[in-house]
Amino acid sequence: MLTSAHVSENYFLESRHMLLEIAAHFDRYEAAVAREAGGMTNGRAAARPGEDGRMARLREALAILAAPRPEGERTVALLELFAQD
Amino acid sequence: MQIIQPHYHAIARTAQDYERMAMSGVVAVAEPAFWAGFDRLYPETFIDYFRQISEFEPTRAAQYGIRHFSWVAVNPKEAENPTLTREVLKHFPEFFAKPTVLGVGETGLHKSTKNECDSLEAHVEIAMQHGQLVLIHTPHLADKAHGTKRVLEVLAGMNVDRERIWIDHVEEQTIRPCLDAGYWVGFTLYPITKCSPKRAVDMLEKYGTERILVNSSADWGPSDPFTLQECILEYRRRGHSLQEAIDVFHNNPCRFLGQNPKFDIQPIRVETLSREGISA
Repeated sequence: MLTSAHVSENYFLESRHMLLEIAAHFDRYEAAVAREAGGMTNGRAAARPGEDGRMARLREALAILAAPRPEGERTVALLELFAQD
Repeated sequence: MQIIQPHYHAIARTAQDYERMAMSGVVAVAEPAFWAGFDRLYPETFIDYFRQISEFEPTRAAQYGIRHFSWVAVNPKEAENPTLTREVLKHFPEFFAKPTVLGVGETGLHKSTKNECDSLEAHVEIAMQHGQLVLIHTPHLADKAHGTKRVLEVLAGMNVDRERIWIDHVEEQTIRPCLDAGYWVGFTLYPITKCSPKRAVDMLEKYGTERILVNSSADWGPSDPFTLQECILEYRRRGHSLQEAIDVFHNNPCRFLGQNPKFDIQPIRVETLSREGISA
């Protein structure tokens, strides 16, 4: 079994990479929304009350990941979240 | 589709890579001088390395119909040995005379120390004196933003032809100042630690395609030359035309590298023949 230090060391860059991909996904989505709306506001799309449900689900997932001490495993929580769709 | 891989460390790769690249449309690669994984101690080690990439490697690539070009430099990681750097720099002109050497690279910064900045300046200076192109490495990960800023500061203090300088490994937080200053920039596609194919396409869509090169680097570390083809697929899947893809992944390398007349591959345009044209 790995130590906590090894877990952090071994998987940090991979997780960094995946988070950047998610960040790019959100940026890509907002850029597309702005194009469809015909303009940008300060380089960003305006607030979207009717956001695509899948994007909203991803935001919920990120909130689960950001919680310091979830009750159960994060993977289980996310799988259950995505199973609601 | 014809593709040019403008940053490729061929000596770290197998012939199988050449074979697969040729089968996927790669017509040329350009190999900058790289770090060997350890700090070299002797000028002669560099000289033999430069001979390998400027004399031997083109023959290996030619077996697969791929043109091979190269660059010479002391790697930024080895700049903490200024005596060695000075000795190696003395030999650059003899390599500039080789038929496939395009210029000085990859020079640049790693930890942005004073010695690294001095080495970068010396590399750019000799390149400009000899009318050579320049390829500049920017640091990885946490050091990238500061290192790129220092690269721009060093260059700003010199008399350089900005259109002949390519600042590589830019990402979302560093691309704008490099383009705004008039340099070419490169996206380096790595599986984990640099830019990804999807993010590269995002930047192409945001900043346009002018003065942008896309490459896989592909060295002895975790890397994959076919991230370039993955990027082309992503670009095409988003609805960009074949000609637009050719402009980015073939013609842009021709435009930048072709500033050195040794790189004689010309930009290409797709033409649809009429029925009359086909039967004629």
